[in-house]
Amino acid sequence: MPNMDPKKCPMPSQDPNVRNKNFKEVALGYTAEMAVTEAQRCLQCKNHPCRSGCPVDIDIPGFIAQVAKGEFEAAYQIIAQSSALPAVCGRVCPQENQCEGKCIRGIKNEPVGIGRLERFVADWHRENVHSAPAKPTPNGHKVAVIGAGPSGLTAAGDLAKMGYKVTIYEALHVAGGVLMYGIPEFRLPKDIVQNEVEGLKELGVDIECNMVIGKVLTIDELLGEYGFEAVYIASGAGLPRFMGIPGESLKGVYSANEYLTRVNLMKAYLPGSHTPIQKSHAVAVVGGGNVAMDAARCAKRLGAETVYIVYRRGMAELPARKEEVEHAEEEGIIFKTLTNPVEVLGDEQGCVKGMTCVEMELGEPDASGRRRPIVKEGSEFELDVDTMIMALGTSPNPLIRSTTPGLDADKHGCIITNGPDGLTSRPFVYAGGDAVTGAATVILAMGAGKEAAKAIDAAIKAKNA
Amino acid sequence: MFKIVQKRELNPTVTEMVIEAPLIAKKAKAGQFIIVRAKEDSERIPLTIAGYDREAGTVSIIFQIVGAGTMELNTLPEGGCVHDFVGPLGKATEIEGLKNVCVVGGGVGCAIALPIAQALHAQGSRVTGIIGFRDKNLLILEDEFRACCDELIVMTDDGSYGRKGVVTLPLEEKIKEGANFDEVITIGPLIMMKFVVKTTKPYNVKTVVSMNPIMVDGTGMCGGCRLTVGGQTKFACVDGPDFDGFEVDFDEAMHRGTMYKEFEGHARDEACNLFKQEVQ
Repeated sequence: MPNMDPKKCPMPSQDPNVRNKNFKEVALGYTAEMAVTEAQRCLQCKNHPCRSGCPVDIDIPGFIAQVAKGEFEAAYQIIAQSSALPAVCGRVCPQENQCEGKCIRGIKNEPVGIGRLERFVADWHRENVHSAPAKPTPNGHKVAVIGAGPSGLTAAGDLAKMGYKVTIYEALHVAGGVLMYGIPEFRLPKDIVQNEVEGLKELGVDIECNMVIGKVLTIDELLGEYGFEAVYIASGAGLPRFMGIPGESLKGVYSANEYLTRVNLMKAYLPGSHTPIQKSHAVAVVGGGNVAMDAARCAKRLGAETVYIVYRRGMAELPARKEEVEHAEEEGIIFKTLTNPVEVLGDEQGCVKGMTCVEMELGEPDASGRRRPIVKEGSEFELDVDTMIMALGTSPNPLIRSTTPGLDADKHGCIITNGPDGLTSRPFVYAGGDAVTGAATVILAMGAGKEAAKAIDAAIKAKNA
Repeated sequence: MFKIVQKRELNPTVTEMVIEAPLIAKKAKAGQFIIVRAKEDSERIPLTIAGYDREAGTVSIIFQIVGAGTMELNTLPEGGCVHDFVGPLGKATEIEGLKNVCVVGGGVGCAIALPIAQALHAQGSRVTGIIGFRDKNLLILEDEFRACCDELIVMTDDGSYGRKGVVTLPLEEKIKEGANFDEVITIGPLIMMKFVVKTTKPYNVKTVVSMNPIMVDGTGMCGGCRLTVGGQTKFACVDGPDFDGFEVDFDEAMHRGTMYKEFEGHARDEACNLFKQEVQ
């Protein structure tokens, strides 16, 4: 008999007023008993709609059935067939819009906590199983992957399992991409990311850091003298967007990328770190996505007394995951929605001392389907802040498209692909993730990596047939 | 890990390191930069390439010891290794077609001006070099400049070597004398470049400046290196580091450059004290 509890087994987590002063993980994870109890809420329904909501097509009812029986390693093996990064996805996927959003239990009550179960299984495996995965038999073909973020790691993992010799070229000094520089420690501990990266190395994937493709080597060199038969470009998001309002160059205005990179990748949150970061009292984060939530919660943890999220639409329109918004609210982040900055104000030293904002109201839906924010006349007011963090999205990195002849990009600079398989305008050159879509989610980037791996395998097989 | 094949002190605060990095050496061009990390947890320091040897597979960097990061880098010995070395980043200085160029370097900026002067010389351009230093003790690379400049003018602020005064003095004289430069290329402290531009603008001599703002990743991700050029936001790491000097907002760049001055000073003092202890 399934467990008919209408609610998910709650996730143990750090108290908001404790965690907003430290960088330790917020959600602590299920115990084995909690996992089994939650897994028993799954009805094992016939149509398993959850699976259709998963961009990497994990056999969700299959792994949950194993968890319900207490067979955690068997559950892990089922997930591992589809996902290269289960410990990551269990933490950062927007499950409410994906698997859990489709769960039958969710129609009347809360859906099964699929994300929490995935995380539990991945963590259990990491803590209890120490045998290296079996190395696949080499098939004699070489593929290069550009970028060691979620998309590149996924494609590399899948190709390695098929027997390809994969080399990942990473621009930064460490593999992981946004999982290392962007998502903070308290949401995704970095040793978990590195553990997943180690898992790929055990499969035989080579990772070369400090390699900026387009500069030190070109795509043509990789396909030519380096002997790779295909290349997958997963170079990720690029340059941060700014608003184009006066005062954005004042000291104390950061892009979220810079702020988060200083905090996460360069470890400014650790005492005695060599990485400088502004010591803020009042911070405004402009934007309403997950990146904005991450930046706001980091600023709070670094000691800012007041942290605002400034967003031009309403609470209902925030693009961030609901859970992230709730966590931010619990931690004392103040949401100034229907508010838009029009100028950053500086003092004589050129430092931020405040910002002028206007109030907004929502009009008719725009092309994106969201209601368009309109400025309320005469609503200008000033907000006292000493730091501003712009979390407005990014435009793709220009380094590869500008050095690869024949690689088509759209007017925003996103690489154009043929469709879901990721084939670009160049034969044997594939692309996926943020480099194609612009800033999106970890799991969509992983899904693109998976599709590209399949397409690359098919193309190389066809060529050699 | 990248081996330091050679290390020499150019003056008490400026060090040259020759790093084994064959892939970068193969691609490097004058005006581009690299990012170096001394050790596993060190900061990422952007440094413009001071030279390269494609056959030997080496890239040289010249840095001034200004903060905790460069101080740490300077502790590494010849034969040792830097942990990370990535590049070549940024766009190369455009020198094609230039026939008569004045290269103006100030202080440690001369380290970056040198490969540009050498590249110009190699393509047969006439090169006038003007290099300036605070005093004789800080003079670097004079012989190297002499070898690639048709004319070299050395300036010191206090007159302890060469001619006394700032670099803009001979620059304006040359322009007035009818030197007829196609272009002036200048690299040095922001305040110097600002005044070079002020000098050349009335004569409408195209002036290229090499900017070196605060950077984190250096690959077009963080946006920390943004500058206002011609009223638009530009990123030094991918759009530069060279820009049209007439268009750069120097005052803003100078403000932004002081963002972490307090932190840097503090970190340097801390590091200095540590080193003092080690010496004792």
